[in-house]
Amino acid sequence: MASAAPASPETARSNLRTGAFAFAGALAMLGLGYASVPLYRLFCQVTGFGGTTMVASESKAAAAAAAATGQTISIRFDATSAMGMPWTFAPSQATDTVTIGERDIATYVARNDSEHTITGVATFNVTPEQAGKYFNKVQCFCFTEQTLAPGQEVTMPVLYFVDPAMLEDPNMKGVEQITLSYTFHRAEAPQDAAPKRSN
Amino acid sequence: MATTAEGFDIHQDHGHDTHDHADHKPGFFARWFMSTNHKDIGTMYLIFAIIAGIVGGAISGIMRVELQEPGIQYLQWWAEFMGGGNDLNTALHMWNVFITAHGLIMVFFMVMPAMIGGFGNWFVPLMIGAPDMAFPRMNNVSFWLTVAGFVSLLFSLFVPGGTGPGAGTGWTVYAPLSTSGSVGPAVDFAIFSLHLAGAGSILGATNFITTIFNMRAPGMTLHKMPLFVWSVLVTAFLLLLALPVLAAAITMLLTDRNFGTTFFNPAGGGDPVLYQHLFWFFGHPEVYIMILPGFGMISQIIATFSKKPVFGYLGMAYAMVAIGVVGFIVWAHHMYTVGLDVNTKMYFTAATMVIAVPTGVKIFSWIATMWGGSLSFKSPMVWSMGFIFLFTVGGVTGVVLANGGIDDNLHDTYYVVAHFHYVLSMGAVFSMFAGFYYWFPKMSGRMHSEFLSHIHFWTFFVGVNVIFFPQHFLGMQGMPRRYPDYPEAYHFWHQISSYGYYIMAGSMLFFFVNILYALVAGKKAEANPWGEGATTLEWTLPSPPPYHQFETLPVITDAHDYHDHRPATA
Repeated sequence: MASAAPASPETARSNLRTGAFAFAGALAMLGLGYASVPLYRLFCQVTGFGGTTMVASESKAAAAAAAATGQTISIRFDATSAMGMPWTFAPSQATDTVTIGERDIATYVARNDSEHTITGVATFNVTPEQAGKYFNKVQCFCFTEQTLAPGQEVTMPVLYFVDPAMLEDPNMKGVEQITLSYTFHRAEAPQDAAPKRSN
Repeated sequence: MATTAEGFDIHQDHGHDTHDHADHKPGFFARWFMSTNHKDIGTMYLIFAIIAGIVGGAISGIMRVELQEPGIQYLQWWAEFMGGGNDLNTALHMWNVFITAHGLIMVFFMVMPAMIGGFGNWFVPLMIGAPDMAFPRMNNVSFWLTVAGFVSLLFSLFVPGGTGPGAGTGWTVYAPLSTSGSVGPAVDFAIFSLHLAGAGSILGATNFITTIFNMRAPGMTLHKMPLFVWSVLVTAFLLLLALPVLAAAITMLLTDRNFGTTFFNPAGGGDPVLYQHLFWFFGHPEVYIMILPGFGMISQIIATFSKKPVFGYLGMAYAMVAIGVVGFIVWAHHMYTVGLDVNTKMYFTAATMVIAVPTGVKIFSWIATMWGGSLSFKSPMVWSMGFIFLFTVGGVTGVVLANGGIDDNLHDTYYVVAHFHYVLSMGAVFSMFAGFYYWFPKMSGRMHSEFLSHIHFWTFFVGVNVIFFPQHFLGMQGMPRRYPDYPEAYHFWHQISSYGYYIMAGSMLFFFVNILYALVAGKKAEANPWGEGATTLEWTLPSPPPYHQFETLPVITDAHDYHDHRPATA
C-alpha cells in the first residue's frame, strides 16, 4: 500500500498530543451528559423548576408561620394512578383554603383494587410552576414507598405550608390557587413497564 | 513534477524521482476499501452523501405525493410493501417512519458527510498546504463507521418498531415515544445508527482539529487560513462538544428501553423533559454544524468570483466562532412549549436573537465583498448568491420563531418546517451545490457544463421555493407538522407544495446529467479554471491533484495575506 511520506517524529508526537486532548474533550462531554442527570434533579429541587415542590424542615416551617400575614390562598388537590397501576387513588378534599405561611394537613385515600400486594411510589408537582419553590412539604406520603395488601385502603397525610415569600414575588402575582398533583406508579415499574420483546 | 505547483518547485529536491512516488496508486481494493488518502476518502464521502441524498430525497417524494391530496392515499400500500399490516394504524406508523428516516438520513448521512467528510477532507489539507490528514487511518475508520451507521438505519426499516416496521419516533427520538412507546428492535437499530455515525464524526472532528492545528504549511498562521478551513475548525469543535452529549442521551434511551433504567421515566424518578434538554443541547449546535462549512465555502466562492479578498476577514472568522459559542446556550428555544417559565423563555428568546448579529455580519460581509467587485456569474457564484438570498429568508423566519410568545402558536407547525428547510434544504444544500461546482473541476480534472449548471440552479431555485414558501402559509394557518392528513382547507397550498417537489426532482436530472457529461466528455480542467480570483493553495496544484501533494511544503511568507496564497514568483 502506498502511503504518504511519514510525518516527522516531532509532528507525529504533537499530532498525538493534540488528538488526545481533543478526544479527552469529547470524553469529558460524554461524562457531562451523564452528570446532567443528577445535576438536573438538583437544579429542579433547588429552584422549584417545573413545579418541583420544596421539602421543609420544622424550623423553616416555624419561621414561615411567624411571617404569616393572614392572607389566604386556595389549594386544589389532584390524584392520578399511572397506567397499569390498579389502585383507586383520590384526595379526601377537592380544595382547601389555607392561610399563607401556616401549616395545613391534607389527606389522600388509596385502595389496592388488585389481588396482589403492590408497592407504589408517588410523583408530584404543583401548578402553576412558579409556585413550586413556595410550596413546602414538611411530611408527605410521597417521600417513601407505600405497600398495600390486596383490598387494603389507607389514608395518607401530607403536611405542607405555602411560603409567605410568594407574596413578594411578581411572578406569583395573580395566582389565587395552587394545584398539588400526585401520580402513583408501581415502585417496581421500571421492570414491569419497560417494553417487552413480545413481537 | 506533479507534486507541487510551478512556483513551488524551487523547494523541490530535484535529486529524487518524486514524480513516480507522488502519483503511485494502490490497487482497487486497497485504494478504496483500505484508503488512507484524504482525497480518496473525501471522494467516497461525497459519493456516499449523494447516494444517501437520493434515498432521503426519494422518501420526501413519498411524503409530498401523499400530502398532495387530503386523506390517506398511498400509506397503506407502503405499510404492506414494507412488511406490515394494511390497517390504518400501521399506515400512519409508516408516515412516522418516513419522516424519521428522511430527517436522520438528510442530517447524518447527507449534509454532514458531504460538508465535513467530503469537502472538508478534500480541501482542508490542500488549503493549508498539508500532505494529508493528521491521522489517515482514523480517517478511514470515520468513513466506514458512517457507512455502517447508514446500514443500521436502513436495517431498522425492516424490523418491528411497535405499531409497524421501522422506527417512527421522529429524528428527535423523544421519550417516552421512543422508550415505552416503540416496542421492537427498530428503534434500537436507529439509535445504534446514531451511535455509529456519531462515533465516526467525533473521530473525524479530532482529526480535523489536529490537522488544522499541527499541519499547516510554514507561515500559514491561523489568521492567514482560508475561511473554509476556519469554518471546518469551528465545526469540528462543535462536533466534539455536542455529539458526546447526544451519545449520552441516546445511550440512556437504550438502557431505559432494554435494561430497566428510568432516566426518562417518571415512575422511577426520571423526567422525559431531561431527554429534550440533552437532545437539543446537541441538536442546536448540530444545525450550525450543518451550515458553518457552507458559510466557509460561500466565503471562498464569493471572493473568487468577485476577484476581491473577502470583506472583513477577521470579522468573518470570529463571527463563525461566535455563532459556535452562542449556539451552545440557546437550546431551549426548541422547547418553548414544554412548560418553561416566563423568565427562562425570555432568556432563551434574547440569547437566540443574539445569534442574528454574527450571522448578520456574515451576510453583510458577503454582500460587501461583491460590492465593487469584478463579478463573473459562473455556476458556483449563482448558487452562492442564491444561498445568500434564501438563507436570509430562513434567518428572518428564525428570528420570528425565536420569540417564545410567537412560538407558542407556531410550535410544531409547517411554519417551523418551512423555516428549517429554508436554512437547510436551501441554505446548506445550495452551499453544497456551490461548493460542488466550484471544486468539481479540481476533484475530477474535468469541466462540467456551465449551461447545465445554470439550468440546474434556476429549476432547483424555483422548485424548492414552490415547495417551501407555501408551507409558511400552511403553518400560520395551523397545519401541524408530522401529519399525513389534513382538512380540505389546507389542500390548495399542499398541492402547490407537491408540485414544487416535482420541479425540484426534475431539476436534479440536470445535476446527474451534468456529472455524467463532465466525466465522459468534459473538457480537461486546468490547474485553475476560475481565473485570477482563485488564490488559495488548491488552485496551485494540477486538476486533479497528484495522489500525494506537498511532499515539499509550500511556504507562506510575510508577503502573503489571508487571501492570496499563490507562490510569490508568479
